[in-house]
Amino acid sequence: MWTWFYKLASPPHVYSLAATFAPWFLGLAALLLGYGVVDGLAFAPPDYQQGDAFRIIYVHAPGAWMSTFIYTTMAVAGAIGLIWRIKVGHAVAAACAPIGASFTVLALATGSLWGKPMWGTYWAWDPRLTSELILLFLYVGVMSLRSAFEDAARGDRAAALLAIVGVVNVPIIHYSVVWWNSLHQGATVAKLGKPSMDAAMLWPLLSMFLGFMLFFGGVLCLRLQGEVLNRERQSNWVRQALKS
Amino acid sequence: MSVGPVEVFLLVMRRELRLSFRRPEQLLQPLVFFLIVTTLFPLGLNLQLSLLRDMSPGVLWVAALLSSLLSLDALFKSDADDGTLEQLALSGQGLVLIVTAKTCAHWLVTGAALVLVAPLVAIALNIPSVAFATMMVSLAMGTLTLSWLGAIGAGLTVGLRRSNVLLSLIVLPLAMPLLIFGAAATDRAISQISPAGALYFLAALCVFTCTLAPFAVTAALRITLE
Amino acid sequence: MNSVDNGLGVEKVHVWRGDLHVLRGVSLQVTPGELVHVAGPNGTGKSTLLRVITGLLHPEQGTVTWCSRAIDRFRAEYQAQLTYLSHEPALKGDLTALENLRFAVGLKRQVAPAELREALGHTGVAHCADLPARVLSAGQRRRVAMARVLAMRASLWLLDEPFANLDAQGSELVSELLRSHVLQGGLAVIVAHHELRIECPLRRLELHA
Repeated sequence: MWTWFYKLASPPHVYSLAATFAPWFLGLAALLLGYGVVDGLAFAPPDYQQGDAFRIIYVHAPGAWMSTFIYTTMAVAGAIGLIWRIKVGHAVAAACAPIGASFTVLALATGSLWGKPMWGTYWAWDPRLTSELILLFLYVGVMSLRSAFEDAARGDRAAALLAIVGVVNVPIIHYSVVWWNSLHQGATVAKLGKPSMDAAMLWPLLSMFLGFMLFFGGVLCLRLQGEVLNRERQSNWVRQALKS
Repeated sequence: MSVGPVEVFLLVMRRELRLSFRRPEQLLQPLVFFLIVTTLFPLGLNLQLSLLRDMSPGVLWVAALLSSLLSLDALFKSDADDGTLEQLALSGQGLVLIVTAKTCAHWLVTGAALVLVAPLVAIALNIPSVAFATMMVSLAMGTLTLSWLGAIGAGLTVGLRRSNVLLSLIVLPLAMPLLIFGAAATDRAISQISPAGALYFLAALCVFTCTLAPFAVTAALRITLE
Repeated sequence: MNSVDNGLGVEKVHVWRGDLHVLRGVSLQVTPGELVHVAGPNGTGKSTLLRVITGLLHPEQGTVTWCSRAIDRFRAEYQAQLTYLSHEPALKGDLTALENLRFAVGLKRQVAPAELREALGHTGVAHCADLPARVLSAGQRRRVAMARVLAMRASLWLLDEPFANLDAQGSELVSELLRSHVLQGGLAVIVAHHELRIECPLRRLELHA
């Protein structure tokens, strides 16, 4: 019954799964993101305090969520590669890193643009912004460490360990608005119980969240194919796959 | 007769301290760097004494951070180069214990030395003596945490070319919370508000790091030795 | 599975270094009282094989067993029973030869300095005991390292090019030490370029490119 799970450790199997899923993920993502953008930017009612400036939430909030979600995924995949020595784990971690870093830049940039009308400044050294910036540095550190090794296998293992060490930062980012007096607003959506946001504004936001997740899934599948091919380039199945 | 963990710890500490004191010039370098960097700020910024006092906790901490980083690169490098690191891993005694002893010895000759020199620097930065106790306590905890974070970075980058830059790139993001709370504690002490909150947080960071870091460092070294 | 009841077993070990398939299904058995000479041209993975046996390097496929147990299960205990000598003599330059030995052996067991001086005497470097290792010649350092191997009293000796940097007298000394170790029931795996002439149960493992 669990064979589908065990097969995930096999590079050729993962390669063909990624090739199959990528177009579906990207197609669905396009639909959801399309709906979310149109509804959120054009049809959702303006905020009673911020007016139309709040609409950047449709990109900022999912982007910020993705930055931490992807980091956690990268750390877990790296841990699987490190502890159980499953090479696919390292391939997933390597594929995730640049995507996560990009989402972090997106979150910081959109947040900065939002900060000007909302707080009067492009940047503030408050706990959440600072820990998100630290997250960006951690991504860069992991990517730099991986590429600094001549032996790719050792580079993977070192990068996985660093990702695991840095995962401590993720709960700090989430709970910084709870633990400290922060400029940044608290959790609106990810609360147990009713979200404190109007339905007309909420649906496009949820659609954007889901759309971003599927987008990540699709891009991950594309990058994963490349990573797996590169790592397994000496093996027979790769030569077959490249011929066809 | 087999050797217990306490004897192993003391044996490794003794070796590390002996090696450090046979090269006294290398012990002084981070301290001199610390003194030089703290003077760079007032010289470069040309501030009046009162303004300097406001900036001084941050300046002190940044300087402590950078000078600790200088010496961390060498934590495992010489052992890796001459093959003694392998022998330590093969000794049959837990590598975690050996790594703990090495890092503690390293802290004694760098971090602890920094804490002792800090009052001199504090005078130069116009920090009032009422804040000295808090400053030294926070620096002691901060440099110990930093020694461990740096050990993780050093373990990961041993044997790489230009490991110094990469080490800083890895360690500095992890050390940012330290900087924030350490500087905050000293700042409050200068303003004569209770620094307890910041100190508790710093202590929590220190305990958390000292508990988990030895395992991370050992894992990093095993990756290097493969 | 072929495992030796009270010796070393290496079973179909594969190691890749980047793209290079360095060890391809290498197998080896060593029983107590036996010396195995690993030979072969440069780059065939002789040193890599030795590192796999020490447990420092994890093979991608294959197992290493000691007394019929896989070393993964009891790594620390296994490593306490072996001594590894790599290309580097593994001495701290700023410590004296004696201090180096006191530390290395002291991690394993309580030992009196007099016993270590005796070991140094055995390998012909008693006069170097109180000199810092950095002033010793390569040959003298090699002899100090051999003294360490002796003093460790381990059952399994894993030596990588033990004859390097030694003159004829030194080489004879090492051969003699190996011989007496093996004849007392010890095990040894040696990597060496040239032919070994040691009068003891000797087998040869040839690695090819």
